[in-house]
Amino acid sequence: MIALPMPEDAADRRARLEKTWADPKGVWGFLTTVDHKRIAARYIVTVIALMFLAGMLGLHMRLQLAFPDLKILGPQMYNETFSLHGSTMLFLVSVPVMEAMAIWLVPLMLGQRGMAYPRLAAFSYWMYLGGVMMLWVPHALGITPDLGWFEYPPLSGPGYSPGHRADIWAQMITFTEVAALAASVNIVATIIKLRPPGMTLARMPMFLWAMLVASLMTIFALPAVMLVTSMLISDRLVSTHFFAPAGGGDALLFQHLFWFFGHPEVYIIFVPAIGFVTAIVETFSRRTIFGHTALVLSVLSIGVLAFGLWVHHMFAVGLPRLGNAFYTAASMAIALPAGLQIFCWIATLWSGRPRFATPLLWVIGFILTFVVGGLSGIMTASAPLDLQLTDTYFIVAHFHYVLVGGAMFPLIGALCYWYPKATGRMMSERWGIVAFALVFGGFNLGFFPMHILGLEGMPRRIYTYSAGMGWGPLNLVATIGSAASILGGLVLVGNAWISRKHGTLAGANPWDGPSLEWAALSPPPTYNFEYTPVVESIAPLWTAKDGLPVMTGAGVDRREVVVTSAIDGVPLYRHKGAQPSIWPLVAAVATTIMFVASIFTPWAVAWGAVPIGAALTGWFWPQRPRARTGPLRTRAR
Amino acid sequence: MERSAAMICARFIGIGLLAGILSGCTGLQSPLAPAGAQAGSLFSLLQLMTWVCGIMYALVLVFLGWSIVRVMRHTGGDDAPTVDPADRGLNRSMLAWGALIVIGLTVLASASFLVDRHLGSLRGEEVLRVRVTGHQWWWRIAYQDAATGRWIETANELHLPAGRTARIELGSSDVIHSFWVPNVAGKLDVIPGRANSIDLTPHRIGWFRGQCAEFCGAQHAHMAFDVKIESPAEFARWLSVQARPATPPENPVLVRGAAIVAQGACAMCHAVRGTAATGRPGPDLTHVGSRRSIAAGTLTMSRGALQGWIANPRALKPGTTMPTVPLDGADADAVAAYLESLK
Repeated sequence: MIALPMPEDAADRRARLEKTWADPKGVWGFLTTVDHKRIAARYIVTVIALMFLAGMLGLHMRLQLAFPDLKILGPQMYNETFSLHGSTMLFLVSVPVMEAMAIWLVPLMLGQRGMAYPRLAAFSYWMYLGGVMMLWVPHALGITPDLGWFEYPPLSGPGYSPGHRADIWAQMITFTEVAALAASVNIVATIIKLRPPGMTLARMPMFLWAMLVASLMTIFALPAVMLVTSMLISDRLVSTHFFAPAGGGDALLFQHLFWFFGHPEVYIIFVPAIGFVTAIVETFSRRTIFGHTALVLSVLSIGVLAFGLWVHHMFAVGLPRLGNAFYTAASMAIALPAGLQIFCWIATLWSGRPRFATPLLWVIGFILTFVVGGLSGIMTASAPLDLQLTDTYFIVAHFHYVLVGGAMFPLIGALCYWYPKATGRMMSERWGIVAFALVFGGFNLGFFPMHILGLEGMPRRIYTYSAGMGWGPLNLVATIGSAASILGGLVLVGNAWISRKHGTLAGANPWDGPSLEWAALSPPPTYNFEYTPVVESIAPLWTAKDGLPVMTGAGVDRREVVVTSAIDGVPLYRHKGAQPSIWPLVAAVATTIMFVASIFTPWAVAWGAVPIGAALTGWFWPQRPRARTGPLRTRAR
Repeated sequence: MERSAAMICARFIGIGLLAGILSGCTGLQSPLAPAGAQAGSLFSLLQLMTWVCGIMYALVLVFLGWSIVRVMRHTGGDDAPTVDPADRGLNRSMLAWGALIVIGLTVLASASFLVDRHLGSLRGEEVLRVRVTGHQWWWRIAYQDAATGRWIETANELHLPAGRTARIELGSSDVIHSFWVPNVAGKLDVIPGRANSIDLTPHRIGWFRGQCAEFCGAQHAHMAFDVKIESPAEFARWLSVQARPATPPENPVLVRGAAIVAQGACAMCHAVRGTAATGRPGPDLTHVGSRRSIAAGTLTMSRGALQGWIANPRALKPGTTMPTVPLDGADADAVAAYLESLK
């Protein structure tokens, strides 16, 4: 794909690059790697395992609700189950998996050899793993949070939840949010400063726009939830009274802070999906996306609007009506950018020559389900109507349509789409269609009836209901549908597992995609690209008929990435990349010790800072010789 | 299920097949079977939204289906990708689509605003005041006696006169709950430290059901209450009965039961007005025998249910704060018989 601009011993050059970018062998290499592809793969494998576990929890709940008055799960077990299901899916699956996709894809789409902060990416994964263990190790020991995924005080306060269940939940959030902030800062810096020469903002693919916006949103939204869970812990541990009405606190303060994070969170999950869908639609329609500018503007406007409508989660708390009317209008306004996006994708299909491979099937499934979720979202955005809908199964249906249909279907499409790039092999199309049919059909069969159950008055989070309520038949249908979709998920994972070794070889660009990641080998070597590609259009692999132009000068015997200007993508200098390092892991372990200990004693915050300080000192210890960075033109060999 | 509600269920999903399944819907606790002014206007809003959203969804389906059919007809030929093909028609269509969305949203936001104004328009009118306090996991309900100004307590059963607005003043003794009688009005959260109130204007006579709608701990699922909407005369009669102290026991078994209740563990938490039992933490039992269900909608009222509940409340409602009071068989019989007699 890449045209060599000068004669050189290509094999020798590749061997030198391989040596420069290789990780140490064995366990040490595993612990010290800063390779964005390995880190992202870890994230994704962890997420898939958790998705399976949390999916089984969901199925367990569906079994309990399949018939009236069942006793498969008692109230305590049921409450633990939905709490663990929701907390895992929201905090440990949806947000991290989008960041993982970005950590894997962003450098490849930018024609770069690494992230802006490779060690920070490693630290992000280790912190995320700490959060996973914070929630699931106590669960294995029988201590499971039991108050849902948004633990409202006073129920979660010291008076009504003694023990450490609520602390575990709150501190798990601190872990995952540190991880998410680390990943987001890294993604933003990489997209802004490590674009390849010639990739002006106007030539930036939609996926990068989506990840840029989602990461910026993460940076602005997540501090609110870290703050609120820390306040909850301090209410519980040192008797502050932030949320205790009797002590002059306010229970609603928690809800405001939580949803100031919680609503943007939904878009932090959905916006990357916009990027996946656009990439897939573009490649499989055989034309560049219709309305690129409209899509970029719509994502930017969603990124801003998302921060102005958190109160629509709180219409039933009794806030002033005039304020509610404002939040109704703001929430409904989201339908405009989202509706234009739908239009752009369908218009691209309309005016292209689509090939209906599995990734595109998932996108069509996405449109069919996400639009239902968006429309039910308009209904719940109405402050008065929401008084009938909120906290019922209508909401359960709505957010599953938005999160599963709107984010997970595109994610699965993306996994199918980039699978050949990551593994070098194609997945079976036949089994891909089977998986799609089961997941799509099962999901709709399982969750559509919940709209009706909600309208028939079934509240959320009840562990049982009596036969007299008449909710039995639709609940049974919902259980059958959910089971079918989980089966489809297993088919999908089985297909990916088997194709890893037995799929047909993919080659660099099996789908004939337009963006730079398809110029790398499949799977990409440790150094991603031999030469830094130069971009001359929004679809470089489609316009550069005679091979992609490249830039020379980036180091071969030293880890280097090319830094360019933020707007025009003009090369500025070569930046020395980080070597494999154990310090991210050490820093993460030290932080973990502090976080875990601080739910038992407030003093852990003081003495726990010492090992963290030591680890960070080791991390940032200057490495000599000093980084030889400077303007490219003076670095020419 | 009520006819109009069945029609709306079917209309909402747009699939006639599911209508059979929906016939299971009882309408006892459903926004689709309005029995009050507030629920009625919310139901109209729901219908409007369902229509508008349904039409928008149909348009997306048509556009998506049409584009798939269209491109499938043109298979073969040049497969080379095109970069930025100009298409002014699509640009114009996008503007039209955006305009359609804006119009739809304007209609819905305006309708929503008008309904919200209607829900708030009763402020200042003369209303029936009812105090409802959420407890883990039951409802304390109190009416003001017009003659004396005294508050008359009952629990887990809300009576409302048809045609008159009742203002429910909500309070919580512990955590956040949510008061919801979907047939009459939307829900409103019951938040400790905040005084919320919601207006209910019922107009259809009958039994309905309300349920806590905000997760409040282990027995959130069993925090329901019965709602009786009755004629003003019937309501006045009921309230005058509730205002009276408990009926004195009439036979030896009931006397024994009354003694156990008033002097035993029951009186620590429960009040039976006119006796020595004056406990406050649990539901008032003065007229418990007249209620339709016990344990916040968990069991249908009967002597057997009372007996089973007293014998082992935590088996029927795991996590409940009501303890098991050790009573021998005869005493348990007597207590159940006495409570049942408290009409």
